[in-house]
Amino acid sequence: MATRDAYGKALVELGRVNPNVLVLDADLSKSTKTNLFAKEFPGRFIECGIAEANMVGIAGGLAAAGKIPFVSSFACFLMNKAFDQLRIAVAYPKWNVKVVTTHGGISIGEDGPSQQSVEDYALACALPGFVVTSPADETSTRALVLRAAEHVGPVYMRTGRPRVPIIYPDKNELFEFGRAKRLLDGGDVTLIGCGVTVAECLKAAEALAQSGIRARVLDMHTLKPVDREAVAAAARDTGAIVCVEEHLLDGGLGSQVARAAAELAPVPMEFVGIIDTYAESGTPDELLEKYGLTAPHIVRAAERVLRRKK
Amino acid sequence: MIELKRTANRIRQDVVRMIGEAGSGHPGGSLSAADIVTALYFNEMRHDPARPDWPDRDRFILSKGHAVPVLYSAFMEAGYLSRDLLPTLRKLGSPLQGHPDRRTVPALEASTGSLGNGLSIGLGYALAARLDNRDYRVYVMMGDGENQEGQVWEAAMWAGYQKIDNIVAIVDYNKQQLDNWVAKILDLEPLQAKWAAFNWHTIVIDGHDMSQILAALRQARETKGKPTCIIANTVKGKGVSFMENNVEFHGIAPTPEQVKQAISELEREAANLG
Ligand SMILES: Cc1ncc(C[n+]2csc(CCOP(=O)(O)OP(=O)(O)O)c2C)c(N)n1
Repeated sequence: MATRDAYGKALVELGRVNPNVLVLDADLSKSTKTNLFAKEFPGRFIECGIAEANMVGIAGGLAAAGKIPFVSSFACFLMNKAFDQLRIAVAYPKWNVKVVTTHGGISIGEDGPSQQSVEDYALACALPGFVVTSPADETSTRALVLRAAEHVGPVYMRTGRPRVPIIYPDKNELFEFGRAKRLLDGGDVTLIGCGVTVAECLKAAEALAQSGIRARVLDMHTLKPVDREAVAAAARDTGAIVCVEEHLLDGGLGSQVARAAAELAPVPMEFVGIIDTYAESGTPDELLEKYGLTAPHIVRAAERVLRRKK
Repeated sequence: MIELKRTANRIRQDVVRMIGEAGSGHPGGSLSAADIVTALYFNEMRHDPARPDWPDRDRFILSKGHAVPVLYSAFMEAGYLSRDLLPTLRKLGSPLQGHPDRRTVPALEASTGSLGNGLSIGLGYALAARLDNRDYRVYVMMGDGENQEGQVWEAAMWAGYQKIDNIVAIVDYNKQQLDNWVAKILDLEPLQAKWAAFNWHTIVIDGHDMSQILAALRQARETKGKPTCIIANTVKGKGVSFMENNVEFHGIAPTPEQVKQAISELEREAANLG
């Protein structure tokens, strides 16, 4: 299942227990899967048309009046078109808006750069007071959507278009904002991912194990507030960190983790992500490979960081 | 006139084949735009495929960038692009990106795909012509759903106030957007009155009637002191029976079987043209 599907299903679940939850979309409900909520709760679904800025402004006002609005569109359109509204009508007044985007990253594939999002983590992290999340699978998406509704304050969540493997087979696994999940333990190096890169980190750890390198793998589903304790422990226990994200290397997961590590326990780090470019059209797998986000690239980054480790 | 109709028919066939081959894409809005794009590139616009960077060329911006297959096909007809590229749409490494990408096809005047951007960029080109004393003209095609974006109206207000008369906005009024009919999502009506209220000269036409398209473009050229907006009533999926007015074909590729059926319908139409 894709994390966007998990989002759509979680919204319906939420709608059944919390009548205060509203959902807003901008002519993409078939793609964002908010159509599932619209079908069951037509009176609480607000179609805004292709007008993302207005949509976010409306959500701000609804939140100010006590509603819990979830706003959705593709990550690129919502974050880029409505950034001023996210500042003025959400972050600045600290209004309780939940911003859940789909089609994050380049793994949306063939539509190409205008629909891909390589900067949404950075933008969301630059909104004071926002919790910023990027779940890796259906279990974590569901849990974090439910958690977002309980949390008082703005939340950003990026979900994706392609199907992703299940990372958490226990559907009742608990998730807290700002608490990373340790998926694998090892003492040589730590691989930290979020979203689709978590599965790639696990594959890379397996490959590294073949050559006797034992990697710790963290799912940093919350980029902000980043789990500083988990980062410090990773630095102390393994002495080397690789951050992997489907995002520009500027201002996303790597920046959050690096700051925590630099402040608490500096160790050699490597960063796997998109390097100062927009991508292109192609299949999701082709693009992840070409832009250096798959397991073999992570393995090479781990080998580099191990050479730098004292 | 008959030649233009034949060209539009060939472009429609290309669109269906290209998107079918790609396995993804937006056939509906490409087909609704085919007659207007044909009229622009093969009758109205001053351009030279040998010189895509000719400073005095007229500019066309496809602001509803998801319809780019119609433009790639026109570029192949005109000679900007090789027909060999047709099966490469949306494939890794192809210049035929899923949405217009100026990095890979320089004859595209803007990289679009995020709706709402095209008219403003077109105004920049139009203003530059004025500043440089050049007489080229600028054409921007938008979707009707796209008219919901606030930026469109910022651009419209500015152009009307500045009396930018070397720009023509064309609304492909096919009455549908992604999720549904426009009137069920966020109705635009009264659309002509809106553009007129922003101080644009407005012309409403049947966007599949070649003589009406040509006449409107001529009238726009003769209109001084005001920008012109052509509101073209069209049919989404025009020319392929099972795609016409079928919102499912906004963003879904036809199967190989459907491609075959579509091509045979279009070939029949071509035969009827004589
Ligand atoms: C800013 C922005 N928001 C959303 C989308 C996703 N999207 C692509 S096409 C489309 C519908 C466009 O409808 P319309 O403008 O009427 O085009 P047409 O029906 O002619 O295809 C949407 C919402 C987008 N490309 N850009």
